[in-house]
Amino acid sequence: MDHNPLTNPTRNAPASGFKQWVRLYLQNSRYRENIRRATEHALEQRRLAVDEIPDWERLRQEGHRRKQQIIDHLPEHLNQFIENARARGIVVYQAPDARTANQFVEQIARQHGVRRIVKSKSMVTEEIGLNAHLQQNGLEVVETDLGEYIVQLAGETPVHLVGPALHKSRQEIGQLFAEKLGVTYTEDPSELTRLARNILREKFLTADMGITGANFGIVDSGRVVVVENEGNARLCMTLPRIRVVIMGMERLIPSEADLPLFLTLLCRSATGQRLTSYVSITGGPASSPSPEGPEKVYYVVVDNGRSRLLQDPHLKKALYCIRCAACYNICPIYQTIGGHAYGWVYQGPIGAVITPELSGDQRADDLPFASTLCGACSDICPVKIPLHHLLLYQRQRIVQRTSGPHSEKLGFALFEKLARHSMLWNRMIRLLGKVQRVFPGELPVPGWTHSRIFPRVEWPTFTQWWQKHKRKTP
Amino acid sequence: MAQTVHLFIPCFVNAFFPTVGIACVEILENLGYRVVYSTDQTCCGQPAYNSGYVKEARSLATRAIQLFGVADYIVAPSGSCTAMLKHYYGTLPLTRKERQDWDLCRNRFYEITQFITRVAGVNHWKGTFPHSVTFHDACHALRELGIRDEPRQLLTRIQRLKLIEMPHADRCCGFGGTFSVKFPELSTAILEAKIASLKQTGAEFVVSTDSSCLMHIAGYLKKHGESITALHLVEVLWQAWKNDGSPPILNGTHAP
Repeated sequence: MDHNPLTNPTRNAPASGFKQWVRLYLQNSRYRENIRRATEHALEQRRLAVDEIPDWERLRQEGHRRKQQIIDHLPEHLNQFIENARARGIVVYQAPDARTANQFVEQIARQHGVRRIVKSKSMVTEEIGLNAHLQQNGLEVVETDLGEYIVQLAGETPVHLVGPALHKSRQEIGQLFAEKLGVTYTEDPSELTRLARNILREKFLTADMGITGANFGIVDSGRVVVVENEGNARLCMTLPRIRVVIMGMERLIPSEADLPLFLTLLCRSATGQRLTSYVSITGGPASSPSPEGPEKVYYVVVDNGRSRLLQDPHLKKALYCIRCAACYNICPIYQTIGGHAYGWVYQGPIGAVITPELSGDQRADDLPFASTLCGACSDICPVKIPLHHLLLYQRQRIVQRTSGPHSEKLGFALFEKLARHSMLWNRMIRLLGKVQRVFPGELPVPGWTHSRIFPRVEWPTFTQWWQKHKRKTP
Repeated sequence: MAQTVHLFIPCFVNAFFPTVGIACVEILENLGYRVVYSTDQTCCGQPAYNSGYVKEARSLATRAIQLFGVADYIVAPSGSCTAMLKHYYGTLPLTRKERQDWDLCRNRFYEITQFITRVAGVNHWKGTFPHSVTFHDACHALRELGIRDEPRQLLTRIQRLKLIEMPHADRCCGFGGTFSVKFPELSTAILEAKIASLKQTGAEFVVSTDSSCLMHIAGYLKKHGESITALHLVEVLWQAWKNDGSPPILNGTHAP
């Protein structure tokens, strides 16, 4: 399947994109089966890891509380983080939006004569469309996380926060490698990994610049933390002479003493590991306190719509997110349609909450409505973001700010009028019952009866039964 | 003097599933409560609220609050409507007076399973229901009100009732109110996973605390000629009593 043009918000897509994409992806049974299997596996791994921790609820509380401290005073914490980073000899640039962030990275690359860039997995670079920008300007950018590498080879975008290629079976990956790399077809995972590693090793050794994201920025030290399982991010941050860290401005935690807490919450929620294989904490360039490290280190701290979330007393809670994707895995919507159908970089419940603000694009307005409000996301979130309440809140905001579907507005106005008058309301029920009885066959209800019988009004209704039995009214 | 329960019957239960309401009345009266009901009752406003229409929801919320009067308890056979009344009304832009009225009600709202087990103190349901059933956790009952063990406690004590748990009983059935008609294909695809789970059990009945989920599940089962029947928990409880001939004589330990 072609990759979803909506995934890159800079490209044009039909206004009613989301519903069309949902229909399209619902028909792709192989993709759906891969998504289902991967999310069930992730949930089971998480469950086992969380069950090991008797006071998991207390840890969630604590994670929530620390992120709240940061987000409630984000500008101050950000200034302190930047100050501490600069004291380590790191050049920090605060990018107000995607365009300026991309231009800044391009500028650094030019300034240092960079030709080849290796990169580890980073959602914020997907969000700002960094790879496309750098490639359009003649730079080679190689994704080095295996999942990202697969997605890049396929010309797609990540389908999931943690497992970018989890929609692909090993057979599909085998075919992709055979086609794009000219190797003999194999579906053996370790053989496929070896093939990718051989190619990537050469790229690492010859790259001039390494780009990584940051799972956490530590306010009181100015250092950043990256968690991973493949070691590719560590190579990206140690081998090339120029190191660039791109991070969302909300990625902060107060101090290194908070790391045990946040690593526990993140690793166990994301992959069910007690700890990922690699946890790297990095500081400034060589010759600052430590003689080791790259020649130059840059932090690009990205706003790109986050200030809009921060300004809202409710939505700012979405900035507590540590990007574990547990809410993706548990969400009945995500489980059913996977990430690409959302059409945006951030998917699942958290994506549906933040995308309308981050994108500022009305095409994202469908997303908060694509939820059953089952609340499983809020229950699983390791930092207790009330996700389904935020989805509800986004619905209210969207209804208030847009003209909305006209028929729906009229519908609810009429509904309210009827429901305020029990006589009218009961007449409506009687009328519906009569129509159902004279209509030949099943009375069609748009959006319902194609797959489900619509129930029939029963005589007597409960109210009629009550009246007949002369029960007392209060 | 018996305590009074004001019954709140969800709008669609009134019209489509009146036996659920009748079972509530019979159960509550046999537990020794005086049951009252306002025939002026319509809808709690949840469909508007969940669709983002705050003004309309507020209008219906303030109307509903006025109907409850001074009853000791306000009980509904729905976790979803109870959560709306008990929790979400508090997020609406109410006037000071309206908020005071709601405050006087909020601690009296109960979903009926919670009411039977926690307030009436009945955990051992006397009765017979010679069938296999599987239980679906309704999302709002489970996550907004914390109802998980109570329905199972009641069901497992019924004579000859065989409770067979389905895989992922706590996963959503895909209804989601207006979601089910806004995204019909998606809603149905989620429902199909639930149907597969409950069919795995081979149970004759699927039971839940919310008629909304059951309307969704049963709607699919009937459309596709499946033989599983959907029943509200109170219908099973009431039928179990009737199967024993009559409601058990309560010895007063549970009766208020």
